[in-house]
Amino acid sequence: MGGRRSVFVVSMMAFGFAFLYVPILSMIVYSFNESRLVTVWGGFSTRWYAALLHNEQLLGAAQLSLKIAAINATGATLLGTLAGLALARFGRFRGRALLTGMVTAPLVMPEVITGLSLLLLFVALEQVIGWPAGRGITTITIAHVTFSMAYVAVVMQSRLATLDESLEEAAMDLGARPLKVFFVITLPIVLPAILAGWLLAFTLSWDDLVISSFVSGPGSSTLPIVVFSKVRLGVSPEINALATILVLIVTIGIVTAGMYMQRQERRRERDVQQAVAARG
Amino acid sequence: MKRFRLRAGRAAVSAVPALWLLLFFAVPFLIVLKISVSGMRLGMPPYEPLFTWATSLVLDLRIHLDNYAFLWQDPLYRNAYLNSLRVAAVSTLLCLLFGYPLAWGIARANPAWRNLLLLLIMLPFWTSFLLRVYAWIGILKNNGLINNTLLALGVIDEPIVMLQTDFAVYLGIVYSYLPFMVLPLYAAIEKLDMTLLEAAADLGCRPFRAFLTITVPLTWSGIVAGSLLVFIPAVGEFVIPALLGGPDSLMIGRVLWEEFFNNRDWPVASAVAIAMLVLLVVPIMVFQHVQGREGAVR
Amino acid sequence: MSNARPDQRTEARQDTRAEPYVRLERVTRKFGDFVAVDDVSLQIRRGEIFCLLGGSGCGKTTLLRMLAGFEQPTSGSIWIDGVDVTGLPPYERPVNMMFQSYALFPHMTVEQNVAFGLRQDRIPRAEIKERAGAMLELVRMREFAGRKPHQLSGGQRQRVALARSLVKRPKLLLLDEPLAALDKKLRQHTQFELINIQETLGVTFVVVTHDQEEAMTLASRIGVMNHGEIIQVGTPTDIYEYPNSRFVADFIGSVNLFEGRLVEDEPDYVRIASDELGGAFYISHGVSAAPGAVVWVALRPEKIQISREQPEGDGDNRIAGVVAEIAYLGDQSVYLVRLASGRQVRVTQPNIVRQGSAGRITWDEAVWLSWDATSPVVVTQ
Repeated sequence: MGGRRSVFVVSMMAFGFAFLYVPILSMIVYSFNESRLVTVWGGFSTRWYAALLHNEQLLGAAQLSLKIAAINATGATLLGTLAGLALARFGRFRGRALLTGMVTAPLVMPEVITGLSLLLLFVALEQVIGWPAGRGITTITIAHVTFSMAYVAVVMQSRLATLDESLEEAAMDLGARPLKVFFVITLPIVLPAILAGWLLAFTLSWDDLVISSFVSGPGSSTLPIVVFSKVRLGVSPEINALATILVLIVTIGIVTAGMYMQRQERRRERDVQQAVAARG
Repeated sequence: MKRFRLRAGRAAVSAVPALWLLLFFAVPFLIVLKISVSGMRLGMPPYEPLFTWATSLVLDLRIHLDNYAFLWQDPLYRNAYLNSLRVAAVSTLLCLLFGYPLAWGIARANPAWRNLLLLLIMLPFWTSFLLRVYAWIGILKNNGLINNTLLALGVIDEPIVMLQTDFAVYLGIVYSYLPFMVLPLYAAIEKLDMTLLEAAADLGCRPFRAFLTITVPLTWSGIVAGSLLVFIPAVGEFVIPALLGGPDSLMIGRVLWEEFFNNRDWPVASAVAIAMLVLLVVPIMVFQHVQGREGAVR
Repeated sequence: MSNARPDQRTEARQDTRAEPYVRLERVTRKFGDFVAVDDVSLQIRRGEIFCLLGGSGCGKTTLLRMLAGFEQPTSGSIWIDGVDVTGLPPYERPVNMMFQSYALFPHMTVEQNVAFGLRQDRIPRAEIKERAGAMLELVRMREFAGRKPHQLSGGQRQRVALARSLVKRPKLLLLDEPLAALDKKLRQHTQFELINIQETLGVTFVVVTHDQEEAMTLASRIGVMNHGEIIQVGTPTDIYEYPNSRFVADFIGSVNLFEGRLVEDEPDYVRIASDELGGAFYISHGVSAAPGAVVWVALRPEKIQISREQPEGDGDNRIAGVVAEIAYLGDQSVYLVRLASGRQVRVTQPNIVRQGSAGRITWDEAVWLSWDATSPVVVTQ
């Protein structure tokens, strides 16, 4: 396995990517299948998309999920950025080990455990202080913020760790106080990472089934909960249509972001070349 | 005074997320622990009240043994634990075997391709996990994509049963968690200085031996991080065994779910959770150690 | 102060009794058990360029960061222009710093970078624009005012960083390896530019560097550091010609060090017998060491004459040997000469006449080495 591209590596890559994408492609193809029997091709049709648009239950759940995901992403980004800042910048402080532990554990903690423990907490809180009254959007959002802020914290910690600390020192040296340094220097520079963290938290929340199932109440079924109850009964062409739409949205989003970044990169390279050429 | 204000500001910055996690992540475990030693009762919530046990400590101790002894004595739970560990371990190994060449190929591709390939690894992660697992049902079931194709080609005469088998569970876990293996491996391999392998070759080391003595040790942190990112959640996985596994493929996450939602036995579900946590405490701490070391490198 | 006129500054440079402008009193900085800066007392004069010179990990950067306020001394105090600044945070010190990485804010233009410091002081907009513009003019970067840092070459970034750190008219400018990121040609040119700007503005510079050539070119005085301590402070000439220790003699330039014993100690000369040399040094100045004490003699390679013929005169300050190695460097040649004692001596000779292959001293030739009685330096530590 030297620098040359060996046949083994190339074929493993081809196999790996096929493995990752064949299921997604099959869902897309079947979403245009006329037949209700999903796996038997009955001709091209968009009827399942039409059915999807009239499925009040799915649409309502999607709306609820979007709302929770947006609130969650904002809260998780705020808390996660603070945690990442503390871990990356404050050196050794009291409670650092505890904070590190609590930030990294949710990344790997099996969801059933997190979900169960949060539900028991909410029930106990309700008994003792009367809040939260019942379970619904509030409890789901709190649960999502708790595990997705950990991801944001890790993203922010690694971004801040690679940020040249002398930039912040220079600002302080020129007379800016720590709080101002954070808002005028640190924040604008790490903004892309913050946006990435927000999107990550949004996706985690949007996608979560297990934890939501534990902490949701009657009338607060998120999209994954509704989808799960449907697919448990077998394949459904409407779900294929839904998956296709989601894949499309994500692909467009990621391709746009990728192209934007590539263009920035290219412009940057051109600028650098100009600068080198212009130097006398 | 100034020093004090700076320190107070810093304390506030670290305290807000710390308190949140303390309240919503750490404290709940104590409650789970508490309820796992409570008795079940009918009603809502379906366990004995939190604050009456203090007067009957002895009784509670007996109940505590009850819930855990139940787990230990019932072969269903024991098998579920062992099965979960086995499935997670085998899946992790498979992820590593597939993921390493994949990560290697991406890290060594030319830069223009590299970002695209990385994007392709991450794209499934951004689309719904649930829907991706669901997609396999359509592929694996008796009249699904694979069987239909093989039947049409005349390779087989009757469908191979793949859905609701352990095979489907392995497949689902490897498929879902492969990106979590590839990304840390990629990060480690990308940092690897290729001239080290050239130096090894120059000194007479054959490629496979160089892989074992140079590449593996230097990418060890990626191997450990990736393996734990797959293994730990896989042990408690619920969705994949529930959708792809058969009724007899018992994994502990599924047992907990059913104990909780179907039997409404919250104390036993809590005991199941605590027992799972005990199994995972060592891997989780290893993961935190690796993660912390990565974070410390500036 | 920045408004000191050049003539005042020149005076200050020469007046060794000038009031200390920056004063470090018994400053110590520990990181856990590691002592980065060990009980350093130091005085820096107004308007001078003071270089802290030392290898990596010698504590020079920590000392600089304590002057800037990024690190606090574990003990001791720091005074600037008569004010105790020890506990002050960086944003309240009349001190600015030019970072080794330049630390230009990537999301701001050149002009915004330079104006940043002034904006923190709530100075009127018009004045900010004027002062930033004047400073960019000084470093010849005015036409690049609208560019972002990544659109600049290394040398241009260095000039912007310099302008940004000078625009607030700091009492003290700290420069952390100011030229390390530049290639060699550019570095030599920029050294003189730095001196010019310093002379124009009269700001006191403290420069940290590991490059002795840079220190010798820039500094009015050099402080040589090792293991967190200041070993010697002096002008470049002092440091080079009169090192106070084996460490300094060895660190600055190359040197031949011989162990010896003081055998004659008179007020106007000393004789030092050295087994390593296989002879004695006659040195035309007194030293402060007890007779019979073990001392070291430092002899610079360029101060040794090499010849085929035995020099005239009596027996000291000369020795016979055999050429073991020759390195031709163009402007000079380096000879390694093996003495009878087995010791090798390094000798450099400028190549004043164009070299041909004929008539040159060559390998394995027997030669004589000799030096002036004023050349050797005796060090006791």
